[in-house]
Amino acid sequence: MSKTKKIAWNVGLIAALLIVLFILEQVMPSGSMLFTVLKKGAIYALVAVSMNLLNGFTGLFSLGQAGFMLLGAYTYAILTIPAASRASVYQYYDGGIINFAIPVPLALIAGGLVAALFAFLIGLPVLRLKSDYLAIATLGFAEIIRAVFQWDKLGPVTNGSNLLKSFPTFRSVLYPFIVSGICIALIVMLINSTYGRAFKAIRDDEIAAEAMGINLAHHKRLAFVISSFFAGVSGGLLAMYQTTIQASMFKSAMTYEILLIVVIGGIGSVTGSCISSFLFIACSEWWLRFLDNENFYIGSFHVPLLRAGFRKVVFSIVIMAMVLFYRQGIMGTKEFSVEAVYNFFKKKFGKKGVKEAGGTNEQ
Amino acid sequence: MSNDKKTDNNRKNDNTMLKLENITMQFGGVIAVDNVSLEVKKGEIISLIGPNGAGKTTAFNMITGVYAPTNGVIYYKGNKIIQNTPQGKMKKLYQGENADMYVGKHVIAPTPDKVTRLGIARTFQNIRLFKSQTVFENILIAKHMLRTSNIFTATFKLNAKEEAQMRKESEELLKIMELEDVRDELATSLPYGKQRHLEIARALATKPELLLLDEPAAGMNPQETLELTQFIGRIRDEFGLTIFMIEHHMDLVMEISDRIYVLDFGKSIAEGTPDEVRNNPRVIEAYLGGAQDE
Repeated sequence: MSKTKKIAWNVGLIAALLIVLFILEQVMPSGSMLFTVLKKGAIYALVAVSMNLLNGFTGLFSLGQAGFMLLGAYTYAILTIPAASRASVYQYYDGGIINFAIPVPLALIAGGLVAALFAFLIGLPVLRLKSDYLAIATLGFAEIIRAVFQWDKLGPVTNGSNLLKSFPTFRSVLYPFIVSGICIALIVMLINSTYGRAFKAIRDDEIAAEAMGINLAHHKRLAFVISSFFAGVSGGLLAMYQTTIQASMFKSAMTYEILLIVVIGGIGSVTGSCISSFLFIACSEWWLRFLDNENFYIGSFHVPLLRAGFRKVVFSIVIMAMVLFYRQGIMGTKEFSVEAVYNFFKKKFGKKGVKEAGGTNEQ
Repeated sequence: MSNDKKTDNNRKNDNTMLKLENITMQFGGVIAVDNVSLEVKKGEIISLIGPNGAGKTTAFNMITGVYAPTNGVIYYKGNKIIQNTPQGKMKKLYQGENADMYVGKHVIAPTPDKVTRLGIARTFQNIRLFKSQTVFENILIAKHMLRTSNIFTATFKLNAKEEAQMRKESEELLKIMELEDVRDELATSLPYGKQRHLEIARALATKPELLLLDEPAAGMNPQETLELTQFIGRIRDEFGLTIFMIEHHMDLVMEISDRIYVLDFGKSIAEGTPDEVRNNPRVIEAYLGGAQDE
């Protein structure tokens, strides 16, 4: 498959996806669960891919994603609440100390930058650690950040443990798709560059990578900072989606959800993370909701065991089964691409064609 | 200080590639390498031999910056690249020689990647290829070190020219190393001998002047060893390399080495041409274990 053909296919597919979304939005009622799943799924896809960049491609097992999302979400919210509504939002802190609002795209980027800055500072000591210890340290960081943002003394900026609200949000499902899409495209471009190859080298064998002249500290820091930047952006998007935010939302359970998405999708597969994030969100928000309903009947049969919270039990069992029997996830380290599909069909149906033509099987 | 500079200048003028001066490595109470000095000249093939546990790989790890030596200096092309004296707890513990020789001197301890960027590439005793990558990608990764692009120009493909150059050079290297036919196979799926070849190819991709080979013939049969012997000679000439290697296959060592250094229990016990070393009674004793006592 030629390069231009590949690009044409990809552009076409993306355009088709956006058009389908646009039409869906015109046709379906706006309260439909489908849109909830699509919006939240797109946001989680971004944060899952950013986590995959770190865990899957660079081999750094970090669990700080919720902390960086919190930083992004708060930065976004604090910078975009209109000056007029600040008095009501910061009612316990005399309207807060920030009295301006910046445009939404700038605020999203600022959210990413703040997360990246914190990642840089945290990374200085923490990235010397390996595997589990790194995970523990980053998890600790996320918890500390959450506590600090609820601190009363920071109230004029963070509104303490109260809600932040009234900031601009998005209505169309296209918005998170486009922003996440751009960010994921950037991550993919990075992974395909020479730096991405260096990250993979570090994942495969640190000692050999270093012997090949790759500066470990520098490259690990790069991966950590970039991953956190995009986690920050997705935090901003999450704030827009939820319309209100509070530090207590960003618990470590959130990081585990993201980690789960990455594992289900396949550690080291960007498209895997995207697919599994939509699946995960669809299951947890929509398809498995009936498990929480105590009065669920199939015909006249009252399904036993179901009650509030049962969904989580089923989920845990699915996870355990997944880890035990299907460790490589949906995609493994492979990527879904137009080319792969093309080759697959060529293999399947191409043989016949070759026989008929009696020619050689050239690509 | 001025004296120091003078000798440094003198060293630059001769064709010494690598020089170890009074290098000692002590791990706790164990002296792995004890006061070893050696020299590798440009264009030579030098072998480092010795029984198991003699400290050969430790010596390599010090040259490449994996360990900082406890004491001693290493020069590369006349420049001091590594220098250390017993520090901290080691000051009391130190049992090697020349403890006070470099006292008060500046500690130089580069990380392995810096040493590689100076032009010293290495292979590993237990093959360390990038497992999830193809043969071609393994070589391409080594080219990362020679980049001039930064993370932004690389992400936005503004370095297309450089990227194309990297790929072209890697392809050429594949051809020279006879790995062309397995270009897109996973590195770990190659037969053992080919994996060794790939490790050498990957090291060459960093465009080194000095190549350190840690037991390149380990686990090879006589036929493969013979091929490797010719191969090492060939890449030395083709790439203008200086080669410093650790090896156990004596036929290989005796065949291609210009000079040989022998280590035993961390100490340098002999050096010279293959013939000199072969007939050296101390070497025979080290290998056969006190045959003279009988």
